[in-house]
Amino acid sequence: MKFSVTVTLKKDVLDPQGKVVQNTLKNLGMDNLKSIRQGKYFEIELDDSDQKKAEKKIDEMCKKLLANLIIEDYKIKKI
Amino acid sequence: MKSSVIVFPGSNCDRDIAVALEKMQFKNQMVWHKETKLPKSDLIVIPGGFSYGDYLRSGAIAGKSLIINEVIKAANEGCLILGICNGFQILTETGLLQGVLLRNKKLKFINKDVNIKVINNQTKFSNKYKKDQILKINIAHNEGNYFTNSEHLQKLKNENLIAFKYCNTTGSTDEDSNPNGSLENIAGIFNSKKNILGMMPHPERMIDNLVSNTDGVNLFSSLLN
Repeated sequence: MKFSVTVTLKKDVLDPQGKVVQNTLKNLGMDNLKSIRQGKYFEIELDDSDQKKAEKKIDEMCKKLLANLIIEDYKIKKI
Repeated sequence: MKSSVIVFPGSNCDRDIAVALEKMQFKNQMVWHKETKLPKSDLIVIPGGFSYGDYLRSGAIAGKSLIINEVIKAANEGCLILGICNGFQILTETGLLQGVLLRNKKLKFINKDVNIKVINNQTKFSNKYKKDQILKINIAHNEGNYFTNSEHLQKLKNENLIAFKYCNTTGSTDEDSNPNGSLENIAGIFNSKKNILGMMPHPERMIDNLVSNTDGVNLFSSLLN
Protein backbone atom coordinates (compact mmCIF):
# COMPACT_ATOMS: atom_id res chain seq x y z
CA MET A 1 0.00 0.00 0.00
CA LYS A 2 1.42 3.35 -1.03
CA PHE A 3 0.90 6.76 0.48
CA SER A 4 2.09 10.26 -0.18
CA VAL A 5 2.89 12.70 2.58
CA THR A 6 3.22 16.43 1.99
CA VAL A 7 4.82 18.52 4.70
CA THR A 8 4.48 22.30 4.52
CA LEU A 9 5.22 25.17 6.86
CA LYS A 10 2.21 26.35 8.86
CA LYS A 11 0.31 29.33 7.57
CA ASP A 12 1.81 31.78 10.08
CA VAL A 13 5.41 30.64 9.71
CA LEU A 14 7.56 32.68 7.35
CA ASP A 15 8.64 30.63 4.33
CA PRO A 16 11.60 32.54 2.90
CA GLN A 17 12.36 29.92 0.23
CA GLY A 18 8.78 30.02 -1.03
CA LYS A 19 8.96 33.82 -1.07
CA VAL A 20 12.11 33.82 -3.20
CA VAL A 21 10.60 31.34 -5.65
CA GLN A 22 7.47 33.47 -5.80
CA ASN A 23 9.45 36.65 -6.52
CA THR A 24 11.47 34.92 -9.19
CA LEU A 25 8.36 33.62 -10.93
CA LYS A 26 6.92 37.14 -10.80
CA ASN A 27 10.09 38.39 -12.46
CA LEU A 28 9.47 35.80 -15.18
CA GLY A 29 6.18 37.48 -15.91
CA MET A 30 3.74 35.33 -13.91
CA ASP A 31 1.64 38.34 -12.94
CA ASN A 32 -1.41 36.52 -11.62
CA LEU A 33 0.68 34.60 -9.06
CA LYS A 34 -0.89 34.97 -5.63
CA SER A 35 1.33 32.99 -3.30
CA ILE A 36 3.73 30.06 -3.09
CA ARG A 37 4.54 27.87 -0.12
CA GLN A 38 7.41 25.42 -0.49
CA GLY A 39 7.22 22.00 1.17
CA LYS A 40 8.52 18.44 1.25
CA TYR A 41 7.04 15.40 -0.44
CA PHE A 42 7.42 11.74 0.57
CA GLU A 43 6.19 8.53 -1.06
CA ILE A 44 5.91 5.74 1.47
CA GLU A 45 5.17 2.11 0.76
CA LEU A 46 3.86 -0.07 3.58
CA ASP A 47 3.61 -3.81 3.83
CA ASP A 48 0.04 -3.72 5.12
CA SER A 49 -3.31 -4.58 3.59
CA ASP A 50 -5.50 -2.85 6.19
CA GLN A 51 -5.82 0.75 5.04
CA LYS A 52 -6.93 2.11 8.41
CA LYS A 53 -4.00 0.50 10.19
CA ALA A 54 -1.59 1.68 7.51
CA GLU A 55 -2.84 5.25 7.69
CA LYS A 56 -2.41 5.22 11.44
CA LYS A 57 1.18 4.09 10.99
CA ILE A 58 1.89 6.86 8.48
CA ASP A 59 0.33 9.38 10.84
CA GLU A 60 2.69 8.16 13.57
CA MET A 61 5.66 8.55 11.20
CA CYS A 62 4.65 12.13 10.50
CA LYS A 63 4.29 13.00 14.15
CA LYS A 64 7.51 11.27 15.24
CA LEU A 65 9.87 12.36 12.49
CA LEU A 66 8.66 13.63 9.13
CA ALA A 67 7.11 16.87 10.39
CA ASN A 68 8.01 19.25 13.18
CA LEU A 69 4.55 20.04 14.49
CA ILE A 70 5.60 23.39 15.94
CA ILE A 71 6.12 24.82 12.48
CA GLU A 72 4.80 22.28 9.97
CA ASP A 73 1.52 20.69 8.85
CA TYR A 74 1.25 17.42 6.98
CA LYS A 75 -1.23 15.80 4.61
CA ILE A 76 -1.50 12.07 3.97
CA LYS A 77 -2.97 10.69 0.75
CA LYS A 78 -3.34 7.14 -0.53
CA ILE A 79 -1.83 6.76 -3.99
CA MET B 1 34.28 17.44 36.43
CA LYS B 2 33.47 14.73 33.91
CA SER B 3 32.15 15.61 30.49
CA SER B 4 30.96 13.67 27.44
CA VAL B 5 30.79 14.99 23.90
CA ILE B 6 28.31 13.19 21.64
CA VAL B 7 29.61 12.64 18.10
CA PHE B 8 27.31 12.18 15.10
CA PRO B 9 28.23 11.60 11.48
CA GLY B 10 28.63 15.19 10.27
CA SER B 11 29.52 16.75 13.64
CA ASN B 12 32.43 19.10 13.00
CA CYS B 13 32.89 21.07 16.21
CA ASP B 14 33.32 17.98 18.38
CA ARG B 15 37.09 18.29 18.47
CA ASP B 16 36.99 22.04 19.17
CA ILE B 17 34.73 21.57 22.18
CA ALA B 18 36.90 18.67 23.40
CA VAL B 19 39.99 20.93 23.20
CA ALA B 20 38.14 23.65 25.12
CA LEU B 21 36.92 21.23 27.81
CA GLU B 22 40.35 19.67 28.27
CA LYS B 23 42.00 23.06 28.43
CA MET B 24 39.58 23.92 31.24
CA GLN B 25 40.53 20.68 33.06
CA PHE B 26 37.36 18.70 32.37
CA LYS B 27 37.86 14.94 32.15
CA ASN B 28 36.32 14.50 28.74
CA GLN B 29 35.18 11.49 26.73
CA MET B 30 33.88 11.31 23.18
CA VAL B 31 30.72 9.21 22.75
CA TRP B 32 29.68 7.86 19.34
CA HIS B 33 25.96 8.22 18.60
CA LYS B 34 25.45 4.46 18.24
CA GLU B 35 26.40 3.84 21.87
CA THR B 36 23.55 2.89 24.14
CA LYS B 37 25.27 3.77 27.39
CA LEU B 38 26.72 7.08 28.50
CA PRO B 39 29.82 7.21 30.67
CA LYS B 40 29.14 8.84 34.04
CA SER B 41 29.09 12.55 33.25
CA ASP B 42 28.40 15.84 34.99
CA LEU B 43 28.12 17.58 31.65
CA ILE B 44 26.99 16.32 28.25
CA VAL B 45 27.80 18.44 25.21
CA ILE B 46 26.05 18.13 21.87
CA PRO B 47 28.45 19.84 19.48
CA GLY B 48 27.97 21.89 16.34
CA GLY B 49 28.17 20.65 12.80
CA PHE B 50 25.86 19.20 10.21
CA SER B 51 24.71 15.94 11.76
CA TYR B 52 23.43 13.62 9.01
CA GLY B 53 24.02 16.38 6.46
CA ASP B 54 21.00 18.28 7.84
CA TYR B 55 18.75 15.72 6.09
CA LEU B 56 15.01 16.27 6.65
CA ARG B 57 15.54 19.21 9.07
CA SER B 58 18.67 20.30 10.92
CA GLY B 59 19.01 18.04 13.94
CA ALA B 60 15.95 15.92 13.12
CA ILE B 61 17.75 12.62 12.51
CA ALA B 62 20.32 13.07 15.30
CA GLY B 63 17.42 13.90 17.61
CA LYS B 64 16.15 10.33 17.20
CA SER B 65 19.50 8.52 17.43
CA LEU B 66 20.21 5.72 19.91
CA ILE B 67 22.31 7.71 22.37
CA ILE B 68 19.67 10.46 22.61
CA ASN B 69 17.46 8.30 24.84
CA GLU B 70 20.31 8.22 27.34
CA VAL B 71 20.85 11.97 27.02
CA ILE B 72 17.15 12.57 27.74
CA LYS B 73 17.31 10.24 30.74
CA ALA B 74 20.42 12.00 32.08
CA ALA B 75 18.82 15.42 31.50
CA ASN B 76 15.74 14.41 33.46
CA GLU B 77 18.00 13.30 36.30
CA GLY B 78 19.53 16.78 36.39
CA CYS B 79 22.74 16.25 34.40
CA LEU B 80 23.99 19.46 32.76
CA ILE B 81 23.45 19.51 28.99
CA LEU B 82 25.00 22.03 26.62
CA GLY B 83 23.94 22.14 22.98
CA ILE B 84 25.88 24.45 20.68
CA CYS B 85 24.66 25.40 17.21
CA ASN B 86 23.60 22.10 15.61
CA GLY B 87 23.50 20.82 19.22
CA PHE B 88 20.86 23.47 20.00
CA GLN B 89 18.88 22.37 16.94
CA ILE B 90 19.13 18.75 18.09
CA LEU B 91 17.93 19.65 21.60
CA THR B 92 14.82 21.34 20.18
CA GLU B 93 14.15 18.30 17.97
CA THR B 94 14.31 15.98 21.02
CA GLY B 95 11.92 18.24 22.92
CA LEU B 96 14.43 18.88 25.73
CA LEU B 97 14.24 22.54 24.74
CA GLN B 98 11.09 24.12 23.38
CA GLY B 99 10.88 26.06 20.15
CA VAL B 100 12.55 25.61 16.81
CA LEU B 101 15.41 27.05 14.74
CA LEU B 102 14.21 28.20 11.36
CA ARG B 103 16.19 29.11 8.28
CA ASN B 104 17.99 32.47 8.69
CA LYS B 105 15.68 35.29 7.70
CA LYS B 106 17.89 36.43 4.84
CA LEU B 107 18.45 32.84 3.63
CA LYS B 108 22.23 33.09 3.89
CA PHE B 109 24.68 31.02 5.88
CA ILE B 110 26.23 33.45 8.37
CA ASN B 111 29.76 33.02 9.68
CA LYS B 112 30.92 36.01 11.70
CA ASP B 113 31.73 37.24 15.17
CA VAL B 114 28.70 38.90 16.73
CA ASN B 115 27.95 40.61 20.02
CA ILE B 116 25.74 38.84 22.49
CA LYS B 117 24.53 39.97 25.88
CA VAL B 118 24.35 37.82 29.01
CA ILE B 119 20.69 37.99 30.10
CA ASN B 120 20.71 35.53 33.00
CA ASN B 121 23.98 35.12 34.90
CA GLN B 122 22.42 33.19 37.80
CA THR B 123 22.86 29.72 36.31
CA LYS B 124 25.37 26.88 36.30
CA PHE B 125 26.40 27.94 32.80
CA SER B 126 26.76 31.67 33.24
CA ASN B 127 27.63 32.54 36.87
CA LYS B 128 31.12 33.80 35.99
CA TYR B 129 29.72 36.41 33.64
CA LYS B 130 28.27 39.72 34.75
CA LYS B 131 24.63 40.49 34.01
CA ASP B 132 24.31 42.34 30.69
CA GLN B 133 27.97 41.67 29.93
CA ILE B 134 28.63 41.92 26.20
CA LEU B 135 30.59 39.09 24.61
CA LYS B 136 31.97 38.77 21.11
CA ILE B 137 31.30 35.23 19.95
CA ASN B 138 31.39 33.54 16.58
CA ILE B 139 28.23 32.28 14.91
CA ALA B 140 28.23 29.95 11.90
CA HIS B 141 24.82 28.68 10.86
CA ASN B 142 22.11 28.57 8.26
CA GLU B 143 19.22 27.75 10.62
CA GLY B 144 19.57 29.95 13.68
CA ASN B 145 16.35 31.90 13.53
CA TYR B 146 14.79 31.00 16.87
CA PHE B 147 11.02 30.80 16.96
CA THR B 148 8.53 29.71 19.60
CA ASN B 149 4.87 30.25 20.43
CA SER B 150 3.80 33.34 22.39
CA GLU B 151 2.92 31.29 25.47
CA HIS B 152 6.42 29.82 25.65
CA LEU B 153 8.02 33.19 24.90
CA GLN B 154 6.16 34.62 27.88
CA LYS B 155 7.41 31.74 30.01
CA LEU B 156 10.99 32.36 28.84
CA LYS B 157 10.67 35.95 30.02
CA ASN B 158 8.78 35.30 33.26
CA GLU B 159 11.13 32.56 34.41
CA ASN B 160 14.29 34.28 33.18
CA LEU B 161 15.11 31.44 30.76
CA ILE B 162 16.71 33.55 28.05
CA ALA B 163 20.47 33.03 28.31
CA PHE B 164 21.85 35.32 25.61
CA LYS B 165 20.53 37.90 23.15
CA TYR B 166 22.19 39.32 20.04
CA CYS B 167 23.06 42.97 20.59
CA ASN B 168 25.21 45.82 19.27
CA THR B 169 28.45 47.08 20.81
CA THR B 170 26.57 49.15 23.38
CA GLY B 171 24.28 46.30 24.39
CA SER B 172 21.14 47.43 22.62
CA THR B 173 19.15 44.47 21.28
CA ASP B 174 17.78 46.20 18.21
CA GLU B 175 16.82 44.73 14.86
CA ASP B 176 20.08 45.75 13.19
CA SER B 177 22.05 43.57 15.59
CA ASN B 178 19.84 40.54 14.99
CA PRO B 179 21.82 38.47 12.47
CA ASN B 180 19.27 35.78 11.66
CA GLY B 181 15.80 37.05 12.49
CA SER B 182 15.52 35.31 15.87
CA LEU B 183 12.48 36.14 17.96
CA GLU B 184 13.43 39.02 20.30
CA ASN B 185 17.12 38.58 19.34
CA ILE B 186 17.29 35.31 21.29
CA ALA B 187 20.68 33.58 20.89
CA GLY B 188 20.37 30.96 23.64
CA ILE B 189 17.80 29.58 26.09
CA PHE B 190 17.55 27.38 29.18
CA ASN B 191 14.93 24.76 30.06
CA SER B 192 12.81 25.50 33.16
CA LYS B 193 15.18 23.62 35.48
CA LYS B 194 18.11 25.55 33.96
CA ASN B 195 20.21 22.39 33.62
CA ILE B 196 20.01 22.54 29.82
CA LEU B 197 21.44 25.36 27.70
CA GLY B 198 21.02 25.59 23.95
CA MET B 199 22.84 28.38 22.09
CA MET B 200 23.70 29.20 18.48
CA PRO B 201 27.01 31.06 19.15
CA HIS B 202 30.18 28.99 19.60
CA PRO B 203 31.87 29.63 22.98
CA GLU B 204 34.37 26.83 22.28
CA ARG B 205 35.85 28.98 19.50
CA MET B 206 36.57 31.80 21.94
CA ILE B 207 39.03 30.31 24.40
CA ASP B 208 42.38 31.51 23.11
CA ASN B 209 43.65 34.98 22.19
CA LEU B 210 45.90 33.47 19.57
CA VAL B 211 42.95 32.49 17.39
CA SER B 212 40.12 34.76 18.55
CA ASN B 213 39.40 36.03 22.04
CA THR B 214 38.62 34.51 25.43
CA ASP B 215 34.97 35.52 25.82
CA GLY B 216 33.88 31.87 25.88
CA VAL B 217 36.15 30.83 28.75
CA ASN B 218 33.80 31.95 31.51
CA LEU B 219 31.06 29.65 30.29
CA PHE B 220 33.31 26.70 31.05
CA SER B 221 34.66 28.15 34.28
CA SER B 222 31.04 28.80 35.37
CA LEU B 223 30.39 25.08 34.99
CA LEU B 224 33.41 24.27 37.13
CA ASN B 225 32.39 26.79 39.78
